[in-house]
Amino acid sequence: MTETVPAQRDASMALQKKILGEHYHALAQAPETGAKTAYTFVPGNLTELIRSFDMLPVLPEINALQSGMRKQSGDFVREAEKLGHSEDVCTYVKCDIGMLKGGNIGPTGEHIPDPDLLLLSYTGCFTFMKWFELLKQEYDCEIAMLHVPYQGGGEITQEMVDYIVRQLEESVIPKLEKVTGKSFDEDAVSERLALSAQAEEDFVYVLESAKHRPSPIDGYFGGVFYIGPIFSAFRGTQAGIDYYQALRSEVDARIAAGKGPVTPAGEVTDERYRLVVEGPPNWTHFREFWKMFYEENAVCVASTYTKVGGLYDRGFRHDPSKPLESLARYCLGCYTNLNLPQRVDLISDYVREYSADGFLINSVKSCNSFSAGQLVILREVEERTGVPGGFIESDLVDPRYFSAANIKNRLESYLQMIEQRRQPVGATG
Amino acid sequence: MNGLDCWVGIDLGSTTTKAVILDSEGAILGRGITNSRSNYDVACAVARAEAFVDARFALARRTLEADAELAPRTELLLPVIAASFAEAKHGAALDALRAELLVAARNDFYKSWQPALDRVLGEIVDEMEVRAPALFVPGAERKSDFFRDLASSSFMQLSEEAADPGTMPQDVLIGMFDKAIIKVENQELEVSFEEHVGQALDRLLEAAGLEAGERARAAELMEYAVGMPLQERAHVGTGYGRARLPFPKASIRSEILCHGLGAHATFPSTRTVLDIGGQDTKAIQVDERGIVTGFQMNDRCAAGCGRYLGYIADEMNLGVHELGPMAMKSTRKVKINSTCTVFAGAELRDRLNLGQQREDILAGLHRAIMLRAMSLLARSGGVHDDFTFTGGVARNPAAVRALRELVTENYGERKINISAASIYTGALGAAIFARRAEDADESTEEAAA
Repeated sequence: MTETVPAQRDASMALQKKILGEHYHALAQAPETGAKTAYTFVPGNLTELIRSFDMLPVLPEINALQSGMRKQSGDFVREAEKLGHSEDVCTYVKCDIGMLKGGNIGPTGEHIPDPDLLLLSYTGCFTFMKWFELLKQEYDCEIAMLHVPYQGGGEITQEMVDYIVRQLEESVIPKLEKVTGKSFDEDAVSERLALSAQAEEDFVYVLESAKHRPSPIDGYFGGVFYIGPIFSAFRGTQAGIDYYQALRSEVDARIAAGKGPVTPAGEVTDERYRLVVEGPPNWTHFREFWKMFYEENAVCVASTYTKVGGLYDRGFRHDPSKPLESLARYCLGCYTNLNLPQRVDLISDYVREYSADGFLINSVKSCNSFSAGQLVILREVEERTGVPGGFIESDLVDPRYFSAANIKNRLESYLQMIEQRRQPVGATG
Repeated sequence: MNGLDCWVGIDLGSTTTKAVILDSEGAILGRGITNSRSNYDVACAVARAEAFVDARFALARRTLEADAELAPRTELLLPVIAASFAEAKHGAALDALRAELLVAARNDFYKSWQPALDRVLGEIVDEMEVRAPALFVPGAERKSDFFRDLASSSFMQLSEEAADPGTMPQDVLIGMFDKAIIKVENQELEVSFEEHVGQALDRLLEAAGLEAGERARAAELMEYAVGMPLQERAHVGTGYGRARLPFPKASIRSEILCHGLGAHATFPSTRTVLDIGGQDTKAIQVDERGIVTGFQMNDRCAAGCGRYLGYIADEMNLGVHELGPMAMKSTRKVKINSTCTVFAGAELRDRLNLGQQREDILAGLHRAIMLRAMSLLARSGGVHDDFTFTGGVARNPAAVRALRELVTENYGERKINISAASIYTGALGAAIFARRAEDADESTEEAAA
């Protein structure tokens, strides 16, 4: 299959593309419609709260990864480096800065409006704070900061929840009121949280469908599309609910037909390796990267990256009966806010629950939040589960850090190693 | 005559391509190696052809050793045949080099140096031909087995002597050589084994090393060894260029698995393998069956790999094989942190300007490479007994010395295995996979029947 053949897509992907396009379009129209915008990050995002003030969220990481997939990030990164940002800085940041300096034209080609509010909920990633510090120099706008305590002790305590709720009440909500001129309406938030919870049910159903053999989905390469709406601007919206319902029925149909995941080159018909993947994917060579997996009939059954915007599959649901506390617990529970032992537990559980043959780490050069401790995770999970771990390296959106030959070599070696270890003791192949 | 079944493993590395042939007992019948350079197809064909020639030598040895009368003469006969063959091969390559040098000299760019250029190049190759036989006296020490290395070292020397800054700069001559040698390496030179067996035997007879009766018997035995059909049953390819091999996917194996298995076959107690090749370094853990349990590789940066030494050698106008022995002469410790291949030359010149000795700098560079390897070893799970070091860099004594020191410092005493044929480890593993895969196929067929 050559790259010139159009990629196969599920109907849900077309739907997602449509709603995403509509969102970027609404952003582009904001200056005319008067809609206010809040720039905020995916982990620990307060979409329902933002939307209750009729504000539109802008998620810079999503813009960056979308630019990466559309082959625009390389230029943006270089542009930011010209401005003095070092090679080691998070490439999401540089991509965003480069995009901003080039006129803030978003991935769909439409203009992204300046923020009315920089809403920083910095969950597990300290670079977020630096990132918004840079944006603050560019825009004359209000800033709200939500400090989310790290789960250093491996649990969420009531004190942590209270601490966040107090910040919401005393700092974040007043800022939202100031920017929009509207009053906080707790019921409006609750209504949206109820919609979120509904979509979250379907989302979890889709993720867990990968426990089937063969798995009807790819929980990493496909998974990054499935998380799109729920991790970004569509929580608490009808569009979000519609998307996950459509996705769920698609997945149901695949399970009923005993079908494997859809890849750009067609269906995986002979699932050979079931992998759990840790770390974000590379976006600049996303299809090439994915191809290395599906060509070997390797299916990713679970991934941690699809949990950066919340661990819904571990039971969390937004709760309309306790809106602010629920948002606080959501912020605290994102994957990036877990400590290392929790990450090891989670990955080990995934390996067992999803009957994985191995787990693979894609270590991202410019993301210390993810990469620190990954080799310890590797060894620890290997020891606990007995399945072999693999290790590859790439980057988020800097195309210069993607060495196809090296990654393919390591991945193939890893898969062949799994194959070799399947041979019964005594056999020699 | 019944043929001999054999299995072939090919390791297409970034720097060299290796081939190993196994017989039905799993014993190594032949090995071949060549520079990969830019053409993997040719490299593959050349390494394979070399391995088959080497297999003929193995057969010749087996035949002689099995013969009551000639067995004691084996050590007299074989080196002579081998030397004669190597010399003939070298001669054919020199012919090719002469032709390619003259082609290169035709370029308009060099017009102003003609006709002197043709003459000087001709004289240099004439002298190389005169000097060649000394390289192939049985037992003679050669710095390398690669034509490129041998030719390059004598061309450098001769061109320096022949050059004159005003009328014929050495740069021009070296430029010719660089162009020509690539062409020569990308040719498959026809040198017949059969022909050289006869020549070698005649020569031995002349030198009165062999009696007439023995000569006849030897000729008969050699005819048998030469005529024995070698039937290639299966092959497996590995290495960076493996995707270029015209093999089905099932016949392609990762070099990690091949190195693990090859090291296990050579040293069965191996648990940790370090392979330093041209552009990657691999730290591999294997179990008691030679099955890989974990590995780490360098990422897209090839700092600290074999190619780094290649750049250093180029910078110093030396052959890569000369670096290790020179570094062994070091008397002072020089600490070097950077192993960036791109900056290798700058690092070197900087140090020389500081007044440090080449030998000491080189020893420091070897240690820096091994520090990178130690990091990969640590990440892969450490160094366990037995520890086997493979790949081209394992032939470098200074690299081995640095590794020994660092392993002892970090892990205590470990048994370190290094085979003289360590560069063939990946190809050996591939050949074993080829043999096993066919066994597995047969047992499946039997089960089906």
